[in-house]
Amino acid sequence: MQLLLESLFNGVAIGSVLLVAALGLAIVFGLMGVINLAHGELMMLGAYSTYITQLIFKQVSFLKPFYDSYVIVAIGIAFLVSGTVGILLERTVIRRLYGSPLETLLATWGVSLILQQFVRSVPLAYASGLVIALFFGLFSPLFISDDLLHGAKGKLIKACTWGFSALLGVATGGILSSLISKLSRASARNVDVTAPSWMRGGIDFVGITFPKTRLLIILITVISVLVVIFFLDKTAWGIRIRAVTQNRPMSDCLGISTETVDIITFGIGSGLAGVAGVAVSLLGSVGPNVGGNYIVGCFMVVVLGGVGNLLGTILASFSIGIMTDLIGAGRLLTIWPEMPSPLYSTIDFFATTSMARVMIFALIVIFLQFRPTGMFPQKGRMVES
Amino acid sequence: MKLSKRIFAGLATASLAVTVTACGGSDSSGNFDDTVTVGILHSLSGTMAISESTLVDTEKMAIEEINAAGGVTVDGKSYKIEYIVEDGASDWPTFAEKSKKLIDQDGVPVVFGGWTSASRKAMLPVYESKDAFLYYPIQYEAQECSNNIFYTGATPNQQSEPATDFMYKRSPAAGGDFFLVGSDYVFPRTSNTITKAQVKQLGGKVVGEDYLPLGNTEVAPIISKIKVALPDGGIIVNTLNGDQNVAFFKQIQDAGITPSNGYYVMNYSIAEEEISTIGPEFLEGHYGAWNYMMSIDTPASKKFAKSFKKRWGSDRVVADPQESAYNMVYLWKQAVEDAGTFDDNAVREALVGQTFDAPQGPVEVMANHHLSQTVRIGEINAEGGFTILEETGVVEPQAWNQKHPSSKGYACDWTDPKKGEKYRM
Repeated sequence: MQLLLESLFNGVAIGSVLLVAALGLAIVFGLMGVINLAHGELMMLGAYSTYITQLIFKQVSFLKPFYDSYVIVAIGIAFLVSGTVGILLERTVIRRLYGSPLETLLATWGVSLILQQFVRSVPLAYASGLVIALFFGLFSPLFISDDLLHGAKGKLIKACTWGFSALLGVATGGILSSLISKLSRASARNVDVTAPSWMRGGIDFVGITFPKTRLLIILITVISVLVVIFFLDKTAWGIRIRAVTQNRPMSDCLGISTETVDIITFGIGSGLAGVAGVAVSLLGSVGPNVGGNYIVGCFMVVVLGGVGNLLGTILASFSIGIMTDLIGAGRLLTIWPEMPSPLYSTIDFFATTSMARVMIFALIVIFLQFRPTGMFPQKGRMVES
Repeated sequence: MKLSKRIFAGLATASLAVTVTACGGSDSSGNFDDTVTVGILHSLSGTMAISESTLVDTEKMAIEEINAAGGVTVDGKSYKIEYIVEDGASDWPTFAEKSKKLIDQDGVPVVFGGWTSASRKAMLPVYESKDAFLYYPIQYEAQECSNNIFYTGATPNQQSEPATDFMYKRSPAAGGDFFLVGSDYVFPRTSNTITKAQVKQLGGKVVGEDYLPLGNTEVAPIISKIKVALPDGGIIVNTLNGDQNVAFFKQIQDAGITPSNGYYVMNYSIAEEEISTIGPEFLEGHYGAWNYMMSIDTPASKKFAKSFKKRWGSDRVVADPQESAYNMVYLWKQAVEDAGTFDDNAVREALVGQTFDAPQGPVEVMANHHLSQTVRIGEINAEGGFTILEETGVVEPQAWNQKHPSSKGYACDWTDPKKGEKYRM
């Protein structure tokens, strides 16, 4: 019983990391059909945001008393940072490539390389300045009345908002780099996010230790999933997104601004990647390649679950998580130590992390042979077209 | 003739390198009769850059020190050492390609380079076919003995064997069971094969082992296995690589696998540099085994650390791989001076038997092209250094490990033409 519980917890813990990482992709790839290979790098930006937030809370005197809660603030910041970069990516690159998946794939792969090199060779202080400039540049027009924006001096006003944002970015970069010396130099070195003390260690319950960081990641995942489901099912924009997913020309005819829908969808998907970055940064170190390690897993989860189906993504990530623990940790051997020896040695052979991965990939390939569209295939016009 | 051609080629490229990149030695004010150009080949980009760039810094420092002390004296003439730095880019074929370039195009008499075993394996055929000479500074799995490579890092019997002995006999977890964790590539697997054989000899038990694919940071299944295999604590031998250690130590601490619960981790790839990256709070109370540790309290060790900090910044640390890199530059210089020529074959002969008062203590070049050196076991402390617990005497290197089933009873001796790379003792 204890063993079952521990195995289940481990499976859910592994699965929730996969799920939170794949959730953004499930939206971007599932709902928009965009193969975004830079998804991992958006996660990486989220992880770096956590690192920067941590440093700011450590260094700035009036934030110091709140150090213990920096992770929660970092979730919001990471969402905004990755979302902003995602929207920029959508506006500049992906929008021009809708309908040509291969070109999108190549372009986003290129973007992922650029982003990796960017964090290696640009000091983090100025990188955050740049993101802040982008953030205000992209979003400040939303707060200016339409009359002004489209009036006679519209262009001038727009230019002014960008100039103001650029100034703000430069100022932020300057302040950060003078305040925190670690951010003022470019470095290819991996950095480390240290969880505040209340998140370290584990909770002992019925003889099992539940690591607190894992519990927090599960919590982040559950909240993210619930928010996404609520957003897609209950809000006006969520319904519009689903309408565009099902039939783009018809939605367009009915007066939905598909362009805005694309921006929002991609922004949310990217922002969720940032949230995943926070989760990932709590588990390991933060470096330029941190996202790249997850990207294959993310696509695997989305494809296995059935493209365009959130429930599928959820089930797929938990089943992969539980399988990883079941095979990789050799649970079957512990449960049934007297099994016949040929079976025992076979299972023992796969009971290592490397071989468990091989096994899981093989099982997924076999599964997709029989159900090429995943666990829950999308029904509707999009599939037919 | 061959020599002068080489030196000429070296000169030409050196002057080019100096004018184009200004990467040559810093002062040209000294009175030298001539210059000699050596090659430095490490990754300056890609995943290995973090580690390997520290070696480039150390080698540059050693060369500058030698130049400041009058350079290399060969045949009554003093030579200033210049260097060409090439980037292996963390890509193994690139190491081979750049080696060819350094040997053929630049005509360097020696290349200091490499870190990963994969890069060394890629370079080996190049040096053997061109009969050139590579100096390799990293502790590695051994089971190799090339006439064209000089290894200044520890072999397993100079690191993991004394460490296993310590863990089983004298650590707080003495007599406990072993669990082996490593990254999935050649060094951890070979090292663990040796550890398993040794634990069996000692009468202990290895209750599990697992390898994490490179780049993977999901250690939850490994933690479950450790908890099942070692429910009441025990010895964990860790050969994980670089960043994977961060994930490993963060997560085992959360899962309660800590020294206070009776779990002690012996690490073979964590030196001062890595401790500061991972954070001493995750590592305190665990162990490491190296030939050199920054906390060695001798004038030579202190001087080494001091000059490195002076040259590259007070926040820098020195660690075992850097010490090996430092030693090899000096050993090459001594061998060249003894041989009286830069010619590979003469230098190779002169190299065996060279002794050097290294920061770790005296080292000597043995007939198998490895170094005899001292082994130290340290406990990681809260300040991010090692508290040295034990020190062996000078340990002779075994190029062919005597506990590994495939090489038991074999040795390597390049001074005797009848013995060579691998002979039965």
